[in-house]
Amino acid sequence: MTSLPEQAPKTKLGLVIDLDICVGCQACAVHCKEWNIAGHSGPLPDNEPYGADPSGVWFNRIHTFELVDDETGDSRTVYFPKSCLHCEDAPCVTVCPTGASYKREEDGIVLVNADTCIGCKLCSWACPYGAREYDDDEGVMKKCTLCIDRIYNETLPEDTRVPACVSTCPAGARHFGDLGDPESEVSLLVAARGGYDLMPEQGTKPVNQYLPPRPKKVPAEPLAAPRLTRDDDPGEAGLLARWVDKMLSR
Amino acid sequence: MHPAKSVIFFTTASGAGYGLLFWLGLYGSLGLLPAGAWFAVVGFGLALILVTAGLISSTFHLGHPERAWRALSQWRSSWLSREGVAAIVTYVPAGLYGLAWLIVGSGTGWMVILGLLTALACVATVICTSMIYGSLKAIPAWHTGWTPAAYLVFAAMSGAVLLSLLGHLWRLPTVLVTDITALVAIAAGALVKFGYWHAIARAAPTSTAESATGLGTAATATRGKVRLIDPPHTMDNYLLTEMGYRVARKHATVLRDIVWAAAFVLPLGCVFVALLAAGVGGMVFATLAVLSMAVGLAIERWLFFAEAKHVVTLYYGESAA
Repeated sequence: MTSLPEQAPKTKLGLVIDLDICVGCQACAVHCKEWNIAGHSGPLPDNEPYGADPSGVWFNRIHTFELVDDETGDSRTVYFPKSCLHCEDAPCVTVCPTGASYKREEDGIVLVNADTCIGCKLCSWACPYGAREYDDDEGVMKKCTLCIDRIYNETLPEDTRVPACVSTCPAGARHFGDLGDPESEVSLLVAARGGYDLMPEQGTKPVNQYLPPRPKKVPAEPLAAPRLTRDDDPGEAGLLARWVDKMLSR
Repeated sequence: MHPAKSVIFFTTASGAGYGLLFWLGLYGSLGLLPAGAWFAVVGFGLALILVTAGLISSTFHLGHPERAWRALSQWRSSWLSREGVAAIVTYVPAGLYGLAWLIVGSGTGWMVILGLLTALACVATVICTSMIYGSLKAIPAWHTGWTPAAYLVFAAMSGAVLLSLLGHLWRLPTVLVTDITALVAIAAGALVKFGYWHAIARAAPTSTAESATGLGTAATATRGKVRLIDPPHTMDNYLLTEMGYRVARKHATVLRDIVWAAAFVLPLGCVFVALLAAGVGGMVFATLAVLSMAVGLAIERWLFFAEAKHVVTLYYGESAA
């Protein structure tokens, strides 16, 4: 059934991504691919990974943006991981003609049933965020499953039952939890740090939240960089020393 | 958006087929098409072949064409599903109407119901086709009332030039009516295309690189412009080949001129000459109108896809969409 659940799911599992902390190391994207290539929606295409024209499906992509303040000329670099936002009003779900694309009532996770997907690609057109990538090998659409095969996996130690991207982030920039529960750790974090939606004007009501980069700590005066000297630069050495340097450098 | 050949052929061919069926249903019911069995065979045959070829071609771009039947199930929420259902339902009145015409000729009392039902079903199907695109908010150039208007008027227009050709081939006494219908429909088509291009050129962007990232907006309490300095992958991925199609914008002006000439001006002139020149001359010019419009509408549809910018491109260096 591609109609959204009649009652919005009370549990809204999702990610909170801290743009202040992310260092753009790509570890989350790599672990995502590593886990999911053999996971719920695996295998994922991975053509010519070391060749001239590599291609394939990834659920998580890390963009790097620069924000330049028009007035002050001040700029900052922001690493920006992007994956499925598991939207409450997911347009990818309602456009699906077969019912293959669906939003789970119990936890709000958006999934694709690979057995009934006809590969019409309309869901990827409907998603404003580019969260869906088509699998040419299997002829079906693929997307982030929020590691459904990890978070409910009782064979894994309990503290590792989080999405692969969250478990691997070395900087602690990714958090997983129930954003439908206002008392959950992730909800409190979002409230404390002013978490926000991507493209709210698209009306998708994303579950995943982004935490803004903290304001820059601008020093009162620009720091003077220490003078750098190179080993082969005699600089302000005395006459004798410069002469010795010149003779020995021949 | 990537302009898939199968989808261009599907929307133009099935549009022309439904347009022709619409006019056969409406004008047949009004007694404006006094013609016998052969007219029915060719008219309905042509319309149903165009519709069917279009629908079959639309399954070519599917990853699993053998599962296409599943697409009929989600009509409650999906315009694509509604389109499939409407297309199949339309065969019923259209087929019965065509058969009845074949057997008893056009215009008898009870057949009017079938004719009008056929016309109505054609309108519904074309609206569903157009809303597959018109409902997508992520593609602002499509998410406008102009999209269903354009699909409807282009279906009517291409159907009308086909009907005008049939009118000349059968030397119908009402050929003046079918020619004038074609002229009016072409003029309406040109107006709608002008209005559409005007509207999308004037439209304020729906989303920006700033709203896509939150950077430089009140959400992050920051100011400024967002620039992509490092893309997430070195080669094009599915998103960029499917949604980041950029070739069209380079040639858009020339291609739009070709559309004006081939889809509107030439067919208008040809139908007008056909209207004045009876007999073989009329047949020749009515044929030229059809051929020119086929080329023009194919390019028009290519542009409709290729020119449309998807908001996902905001994550790949575009600043507004």
